[in-house]
Amino acid sequence: MSLRPSWPDLAAGLFVLLLGLLGFWQAAAIPTSPIYAQVGPKLVPYLVAAGLSLLGALLVLAALAGGWSATLAEVAEAGPPNRRALALVGAGLLVNLLLIGPLGFSLAAAAQFALVAAGFGSRHAARDLLLGVPLCLGVWFLFVEALGVNIGAGVLEGLVLQLLGREPV
Amino acid sequence: MEAIQGLALGFSHAFSLTNLAWAMLGCLLGTAVGVLPGIGPALTIALLLPITFQVSATGAFILFCGVFYGAMYGGSTTSILLNAPGESGSIITALEGARMARNGRAGPALATAAIGSFVAGTVGTLGLAFLGPVIVDLALALGPAEYFALMVLCFVTVSAVLGGSALRGLASLGFGLALGLVGIDLQTGQPRMTFGVPELLDGVNVVLVAVALFAVGEALHMAWRHRDGKAEVLPVGSVMLSRTDLRRSFWPWIRGAGLGFPFGVMPAGGTEMPTMLSYYAERKLAKPEHRHEFGTTGAIEGVAGPEAANNAAAAGILVPMLTLGLPTSATAAIMLSAFQSYGIQPGPLLFQSQGELVWTLIASLFIANVMLVVLNLPLVGLWVRILKIPQPQLYAGILVFATIGTYGISNSVVDLILLYAIGIIGMFMRRFDFPVAPVVIGMILGPMAEQALRQALTISEGDWSVFLTRPGSAAIMGLALLALAGPRLWALWARRG
Repeated sequence: MSLRPSWPDLAAGLFVLLLGLLGFWQAAAIPTSPIYAQVGPKLVPYLVAAGLSLLGALLVLAALAGGWSATLAEVAEAGPPNRRALALVGAGLLVNLLLIGPLGFSLAAAAQFALVAAGFGSRHAARDLLLGVPLCLGVWFLFVEALGVNIGAGVLEGLVLQLLGREPV
Repeated sequence: MEAIQGLALGFSHAFSLTNLAWAMLGCLLGTAVGVLPGIGPALTIALLLPITFQVSATGAFILFCGVFYGAMYGGSTTSILLNAPGESGSIITALEGARMARNGRAGPALATAAIGSFVAGTVGTLGLAFLGPVIVDLALALGPAEYFALMVLCFVTVSAVLGGSALRGLASLGFGLALGLVGIDLQTGQPRMTFGVPELLDGVNVVLVAVALFAVGEALHMAWRHRDGKAEVLPVGSVMLSRTDLRRSFWPWIRGAGLGFPFGVMPAGGTEMPTMLSYYAERKLAKPEHRHEFGTTGAIEGVAGPEAANNAAAAGILVPMLTLGLPTSATAAIMLSAFQSYGIQPGPLLFQSQGELVWTLIASLFIANVMLVVLNLPLVGLWVRILKIPQPQLYAGILVFATIGTYGISNSVVDLILLYAIGIIGMFMRRFDFPVAPVVIGMILGPMAEQALRQALTISEGDWSVFLTRPGSAAIMGLALLALAGPRLWALWARRG
């Protein structure tokens, strides 16, 4: 094991430690219960926070001693991160987040579909969009009609429901 | 015999047209998601959870178990034809299976995997039917202290024993436990871990976390590592087993099933260990004239044994889930949350209060096994076609389902933000080799463990020694400690000796 710290692993360890500290903060913020209980609502949150902090500290120590991820075959074999793919997939998620309110599920998810497909190397954006719209519409009807999930109809869903002669949900 | 009566009752209900239809639907869906790389049974069942508001508990659980069993069958197809294991249990299958496929023996590899899955699935389900009532009788004597100890054991085995490192596994578990704490404390009504955000008062939704980790995190990680280029699907050929193949497969099936089932039953959850052990056993036990095929042209024993072990372990996982209410895999944890959404508390009382449900479910598992072997052998061509869905559209489609499954919870953009945030954490967990299953298990089992802990301490009037003075809980706590420290002590001892 090398003695040079592994910076990525250190970040991962610090993140776990941070989770533990957040846990302590939130556990302390729980108001003391007026109802008598042998074990109050604070005990387990404190235990979990303590556990996470301890594990985070141990992971930080492991990272300072060389870390673990350099020995993983998957990391060792992998090339540099594919920034283009990650950016396109991330853009897809973001676009969906922004459009799902104003336009409704199908159109927002179809835009996401095309961007994610492009991220994974598809070169036919127009075709993906044409494929995505009916797919997302079908999925919407599957969830709303077959599974009975209550999802508000957006622009496209309302239009289709009107064509079918039904009131938009 | 309780089991025989139960099975008779179960089969009389399972053969109703609706229940057969649910089983069929589950098997089809399960095989499809098992075949598709990137989605597994845990994600599928999480997305199907809304169905619990629509159909009876019996129908829903037959569907879920069909998906669970089906994914085991489908996973082997992908391992063999694509050399890309669909899930952890079929990693070993890919070792020899893909080699056989490359040497033009994909058909026999698929056949021995499917028939082995059938043999093991049947043995495992029989084990469930006969062992279940026995464990229930034992479990009825357990108090909250013993229950808490059992859950601690479960936590330790799923996070610290399996996987690359106890430290990272336990950190994943801790993350799950923390997520499970978010929301209103059921006993006192106090909000906990909500950071003052009103949307978090109801707690973090299990579906959201499962979808975030298994779909969004996975897709982001795949994008991070993405290289252009197509995976090659190897041709299938004829799926007949020759007489030699059959003779060489038979004992590995039986040994694999015998090895897998106990591993599934013990809260040592997971299918990695039994499949690996079965593989090494078969390599040792193979006839000298076949041994050279291991690692070269692909040995059929190395597919038959692990594949049987995988399915028997899957059946075994249902034993602690149905008898004790303890989930030892992510899929079982999601199924447990489905029980909760019906207001059914899984545990020893389930066999009595919901006897009809339990036995119909078990009978349906036998039926599902028959359906699956038919679906997977003659119809293997159909599944191969699914395998040819190009990767860009496949991952884009998975994310469409992830979005609607989460958005459908409460039509809230806050949920989507949370989905993506946990998805990004999931991506980094994959990168840094933190297992994700303990997160889901911790999130669902955590609140149950807290309840047991508080009950036990209320009964003992705050005396913590109750966990060590009651013999049952002391023994289980000892096992948990052994599971945590044992491998390390063993490594130290081995280094000295």
